[in-house]
Formats: sequence, structure tokens, C-alpha cells
Amino acid sequence: MATGNGIRVAIVGGGLAGLAAAMRIAEAGHSVELFSVVPVKRSHSVCAQGGINGAVNTKGEGDSPWKHFDDTVYGGDFLANQPPVQKMCEMAPSIIYLFDRMGVPFSRTTEGLLDFRRFGGTLHHRTAFAGASTGQQLLYALDEQVRRYETAGQVKKYEHWEMMSLILDGHGVCRGLVAMERSTLELKAFPADAVIMATGGPGLIFGKSTNSMVCTGSAVSVCYQQGARYANGEFIQVHPTSIPGEDKLRLMSESARGEGGRVWVPRQKGDKRQPSSIPEKERWYFLEEKYPAYGNLVPRDIATREIFQVCLDGYGVFGENQVYLDLTHIPAETLDRKLGAILEIYEMFVGDDPRHVPMRIFPGVHYSMGGLWVDFDQRTNIPGLLAAGECDYSIHGANRLGANSLVSCVYGGFVAAPAAIEYAKNLQRNGADGSKVYDDELKRQQEINERLLKQSGAENQYVIHEEMGKWMTDNVTVVRYNDKLKATDEKLLELIDRYQHISLNDSNMWATHALPHARQLQNMLQLARVITLGALNRNESRGAHYKPDFPDRDDENFLKTTIAEFSGEGPVFSWEPVDIGLLPPRKRDYSKGGKQETKQEAVVASAKAAGLPPKEGAKQVPAEGSEMKPKDLSGPAVWGQNKEQVRDVDHGEAETRTERGHEIKDAGGKSDKL
Amino acid sequence: MSAQTSSNIEHQHGLKNPPKEVVLRIRRRERQDAEARWEEFAVPYRPNLNIISCLMEIRKNPFTRDGRATTPPVWEMNCLEQVCGICTMVINGRARQSCSALVDNLEPHKPITLEPMSKFPNVRDLVVDRSEMFNHLKRVKAWIEIDGSYDLGPGPRMSQDEVSERYAYSRCMTCGCCLEACPQYGDGNYIGPQAIAQVRLMNMHPSGKMTRDERLSALTGEDGITNCGNAQNCVRACPMSIPLTKAIYEENRETILYGLFGWLRK
Repeated sequence: MATGNGIRVAIVGGGLAGLAAAMRIAEAGHSVELFSVVPVKRSHSVCAQGGINGAVNTKGEGDSPWKHFDDTVYGGDFLANQPPVQKMCEMAPSIIYLFDRMGVPFSRTTEGLLDFRRFGGTLHHRTAFAGASTGQQLLYALDEQVRRYETAGQVKKYEHWEMMSLILDGHGVCRGLVAMERSTLELKAFPADAVIMATGGPGLIFGKSTNSMVCTGSAVSVCYQQGARYANGEFIQVHPTSIPGEDKLRLMSESARGEGGRVWVPRQKGDKRQPSSIPEKERWYFLEEKYPAYGNLVPRDIATREIFQVCLDGYGVFGENQVYLDLTHIPAETLDRKLGAILEIYEMFVGDDPRHVPMRIFPGVHYSMGGLWVDFDQRTNIPGLLAAGECDYSIHGANRLGANSLVSCVYGGFVAAPAAIEYAKNLQRNGADGSKVYDDELKRQQEINERLLKQSGAENQYVIHEEMGKWMTDNVTVVRYNDKLKATDEKLLELIDRYQHISLNDSNMWATHALPHARQLQNMLQLARVITLGALNRNESRGAHYKPDFPDRDDENFLKTTIAEFSGEGPVFSWEPVDIGLLPPRKRDYSKGGKQETKQEAVVASAKAAGLPPKEGAKQVPAEGSEMKPKDLSGPAVWGQNKEQVRDVDHGEAETRTERGHEIKDAGGKSDKL
Repeated sequence: MSAQTSSNIEHQHGLKNPPKEVVLRIRRRERQDAEARWEEFAVPYRPNLNIISCLMEIRKNPFTRDGRATTPPVWEMNCLEQVCGICTMVINGRARQSCSALVDNLEPHKPITLEPMSKFPNVRDLVVDRSEMFNHLKRVKAWIEIDGSYDLGPGPRMSQDEVSERYAYSRCMTCGCCLEACPQYGDGNYIGPQAIAQVRLMNMHPSGKMTRDERLSALTGEDGITNCGNAQNCVRACPMSIPLTKAIYEENRETILYGLFGWLRK
């Protein structure tokens, strides 16, 4: 094996973040052991649909990394530490270009350049996309590069191996991990100079979510239970548009709205008519009405609450918890080219053709902004343990903007890789090779497994999982009340108690899922408490965390990061100030049309105030009149999106426009500039 | 939000004469070297059930249809959106993803049969080991040889038409449906359409083209591209509608040209 100067890094998780780190470490000449529950090409990153953000500014809109930074921090309701967000936004264009070089089939403009679409929480076309399966395409590109290093002997994959625990020495330093092979159930200790966690989100704690079935948060919970700090756990993103199903909530990408999709309900409660026979004036485009500038592209937490409220008020389609997401005004050819993959998903699982019938959607648990606490180099508080991607808390604050997750995964991996190498170079290795720490941890894990195998209680682990999911979904998602949060924690304690009495129900232990699931369940229950109690403690509303009893953001008391540390008695909480040195917090309000303009001024002003060189912020703010002006977008409610749409599909699709009852000239000056 | 969210949309669809229960016949095997056997299960019918939901129901309560306690059937699943490829199995005789196999579309009045794919080693029950597919990708060097992952600016310009063609190949999720359907594939005698399509994907790229010959040479061995029997089952079996036969045609042409020039160079 080509081992450089002998550095060996273990990476847990083979999604975008894990593969990005693996590629970088191998490229630097070191060796990687990559652990993944599923073959890495089947990781949850494949589910990301809409695109990846980067202010490449090819649309003449005067976009810049500074504006990307501003949108991200503002969209996250100022809870993110700003320096890493700024670094990510600066790196983003080069990340997109790298994937372009690696062969990702990004959609193109007529000039053969990368095309960009709009996404939520910004007024710019900033999202590069490969059809509507961008995550799949990006993951495959990294999978290919890592396979290249695997063939060269620098990366060794342990697919179908699940991490069970960290190996910590007497000084609390991470020396490797214990993993279990999923067919033989063999447990093995793997020494490593550093471990990078890249295991994604914990959606399965909520039972059904848009997450893949491996997204249990189990490995991260293990780290927490072994002393890693877990930050901002209470911030769980509920995506506004998912397709409810028996087995999971399937994602309907934000790109559907980015390409002009409109959310509406009939103005008349319980209207029994089919959508096509409801005339325009009897439709309530509630997002466009309330948020003229951003329209259907308000950030996800806001769209989710609005949809939720509309249904709560009885306006849901056919009296049910569902609203329309309508693409039928866009020509089928455009839809196929830009959104084909997601329309197929809807068609396949619901049976309607969204090109002709509006989709029916409802919010679903989607993403965790919280995660392992890391410093600006992706290092956790445990020496030798790093984290990247959705499993760390660092970038998204209180709410993640659409298409920022893919870029944050790659950024996290790219920062974690050199940080791990740097750490390993300075590591005192003597003593770590003594086998005792490895043997002890291996033995501890074997004992846990043996206990579970012997247990013969009356409880069913899948029933406990289902109950946890229902309680968490009912009480710890869109709207949160303190009494219900307390009751949920009591329920979790009950479930933790009942968990002691499960039996595995499988007499054949070869390749069984019963034992791995039982291990995951215990870890999910512990992490569920962190999420629930974190929410209970935070008596304000910020981003995705909304309490009707405390409806406002409270910077004085809660502009701080929640930190949970494990103890036998449950999580112990402390708080840490947020680094807001670059951009002073301001009220988050997407309902005002002229906001963008003042925002740009604020960015420049704060850049100056922070003593930063104005190279990014100042230079790239376009001269007056040379870019998309906010007032162009703030006309009558239905117009904001319409103009975007017309602008986007400006290939002479007169039909679209007449269908919507507007004339072509209403596209404004936009098309002239293209 | 509440659990009522889950079942609402399903009301609107479903069958006119739904059966009371869905019967599933599952081909089971305890371990690689054990004999296979059939077991029959029943789950209550609900509209819009997919095969995964049925299996989850059985797992929660592992009793056969005649009330005998058994081990929960083991299968693989992950994304449940037909994009990760992991949950592929043979359903009523056809290889496909179990997440997107809706009971309502499967004649639910008759028993539905579930079997593991036959072209790959059977691990247990419905789980197979498809690692040979990833080995194919190593062999044909299915990657772009970039100089490094540092910042070197944008990639080559391409037209949307070129991108669209590549995009179709790039959607391959390594599920194995094409290999299960291919009469030539098995026992290591043919590399199969999956890898050939990835050669096409890489060879079409302006940078990938520069190392085209290495990939073509990987396709010319004894188990190479010429073993395609032109049954065209692959293209019909592909859940992602990848133009596999076109890839085989194009790469066959390239290997012939490559072979020709290789001969001239001698």
C-alpha cells in the first residue's frame, strides 16, 4: 500500500463528504480506510435532487460569494458561526468547476457554459444542476475518483461494515474504531491515526422522513455517548414539499419551484372540483401573496410553516393535509429536460403525471442543521475525531438553504482531509499501538451484542422505533410546545426502558438486520432526547425551530449554540456564543419586496466594519441598474415568479405565457439582456 | 405535524375491487450454502402499498400465512426512491426495484413472488452480493483521469445535446437488472451492458476521450464486448431507460476501429 509517511485515516460514511475527504487524503499520498453500511455508491447523497450552490455569476446578475454568504447566514437566521460559512461560499465556485472537470453532466446554456437555476432564499440564479438528480451525479463523480485510488491501493473500502464505537485511549484520544460486518456480525477493531465522521443525518429518528434507511444518526450518537459534543440538535429542517408514503416521505425537490412551480390551494375550503376546473381567480397562491419578492422560493422553514398553517386552517386540498405544487403551466419539454428525474418519481409512486395534473404535497422531515460540534477545521472536541457533511453542525445555522447541502458536504470533506493529515503528522504514536485499548473496546462491544442476542423480553424493536418516530414527528417538528416536548422526553425515557426488554426475533444471525437495527435503535433514542430537550430549552423562534408561545427570535438570550454532552443521567446542556464578526444580525423578513437592495448595502457596510478587505463584497456589487432589481420582482403577487419563469424558459414558449393569461412583454427587460 | 400526514394522499388512488390481503411468496435461503425454500406471507391490503412496505409489515410480525413463527425475511433497502439501486429483486419473474413496485400494479389478487436475483451470489433470502459490478467499473477504468482535485478552473465546454446523451448513461445505479436479464451474462463469461455503458459515458467526455484506448482494451478480452448476443433484453430491463444497446453498438464500433488501428500500428 502506498502509505506516504504512514498516515492512516479512517472515514466513516461514503456519501459526498466522506468520499470528498477520501479523495483528498489519497491524493496527498496517504491511506484511507472507508467504512460504509451500504456500498458507497448507494449512499443517501444520491437522493439530493435540485443542485449545488456556488456564486459563479454567469447570468449577469452580479452574484458573488459575499451574497451567497449573506443569503446563507440570513437564511440560517444568524445561528451559524460566520467564518466557515464565508470560506465555504468562497470555495463553492471552484467546487462546481472541479465536478465539471470530473465529468458531471451539468446542464448547459446555449453557449455550452454551466447553467444555473434559482433556489429558495435567494434572488440569484446560483444553483448548478445535472437534470434533477444532481446529488446522484456528484456522488458518482466522487465514487469514480475514489475507485481510481482504490485500484491504486490507497483506499480500502469496508462496505457492509457498520461503525459500532470509537476507540479512545486513556487520555481520551481517538485511536480508531470498532466496526461490525453486517453478514457475519464479526466485530473488529481498526486502529487509525484520525477518524472522520461523514455519516449524514438522523432522519430515521422521526420514523418516516425523506432520508434513506441508513440515515439513523446511530454512529454520530455513538460519538456523542463517548464524549463528543453535539450542537444545535433541535434544528431539524422539515422540507415543505414531500410526497407522503407508507414507507417513507419522498422528496419533491425545491427545484420544482425554482423552475417556476407554484404552490396553491382552492380559495374555497373543501372544494371538491378537480384542479384543472378551478379558475385562476379561485386559487390561492398563498406564498406569492405573502412574500411578493421571493414568492414560492422563500426559505424552507417559512414555506413549511405556511403550508402547515393553511392545512390547519382547513384549506388543504380535498380537506386533507396536502396542497398543490403546480407545474402544469410549464411546457412538458422544458419540464422533462430540467426536472425529469423528480417528475418520474412522482409519477411512479403516486400515479399522476405532474406535467398535466398538479402534484399534491405536504411537509416532511428532511435535514438536520445540528450535528457533531466542530471547530473551523472540522475537528470535534475529541482529539483525532473530525466530522464533515450533514453530521456536523457548522454551516447552516437554524435553517439550511436549498442546494447548500451538497456544497457544504464537499467543503466539509475538503477541510477535514488536510486537518486530519495535519493532526496525524503531529500525533504521538507511541503507546497507541499497545493493543490494550483496542482489545478492551472490542470486548465491550462483543458484550453488548451478546447481551442483545441472549435477551428474550416481550418488546418488539420495530414497534419501539415506530412509537419514537410518531412522537418525534408529532411534537418535535414544525410547531413545538414546551408541555408536549416534556411529554415527548418522558415517552423517550419510557422507550429507553422498554428497549431493555426487546428480543431480536431472529433465530438465524447470519446477515440478520435484527441485531444492527437494535444497536441503531438504542443510539437513536439517545439522540432523540438531545433533539427534544434542546428544543425544550430554546424559548424563542428561530429558523426551523418555532414555538407559538415564543414567536420571536430572541438574540439577547438565544443567539448561541446549544451544546449537549452525554451523561448517564441524560444530556447535559451548555451554550456557546456565535461568531457574528462578519455580518451583524438583522431581522429576518422575506415578506418585503425591496429587501435585497438594503441587504447588499448591509453586506458591504458590515464587511468594512469587520475590517475585511472589500475585494469580494464591494467590487462585485454591481453598479446601479446593471442587475436584477428588487422592484422588478415586487409587483402583484402572482407576477414575481412568473417573470422568473418567463425569463428562464425564454425559448419562445408563448404557450406558457398565454396559458397563464399574460403577455410576453410582461417578461420585462430580462429577456433583452440574455 | 402529525402522523395523519402519511395516509392522506393514498386515499385518492387504489383499486376498484381491492383484495383483503396481499399474499407474498418469498424464496428464502438461510445462508449461502443452504437449500432455498418458499414461504408464504399475507399482509392486510392498503392502497398504494409497495413491496417494501409489505416486507416491513412482515418484519414487524414474522409469521407465515398459516400462522407459523419464522425468521423475518432479510432484504436490502435504502433510498426508496429508485435511485440507489440496492433493493433490486425478482418480482413476479422480473428484476426490478422493490421500492417502486406498487402492489396495485402487480395483480394483487394473485400471490406476488419475490426472489433474489439469480446472477449474483445469494447471501441470505432476498440479499445478493453484487460486488462484481463494482469490479467491472475498476476494470474498465470508469473515471475521468483528472490531474488533481485542486482548483484548475472550469471543465471543457459542451453542448446541451452532448450533456443529455451522457446524462442518460450517468444515471446507471448499478442495480443489475440488465445483467439479470442478459442471456449471455453469468459465470464470468461476459462483462455485460452495465460496464459497457459506463465506458460509453467516459469515452464521450472530452477529457475521458484522451484515455479511451485503455477502456477499450478492457472490453476486448475473452469475456469482452463481442460476447453480446444482441438479445436486447438489457435495454428493456433497465429501470432508468438507459440506451444500453446504443452504448454496446457505439463501443463495439470503437473497439473494432481501435483493434484495426492497433493492428496497423504493429
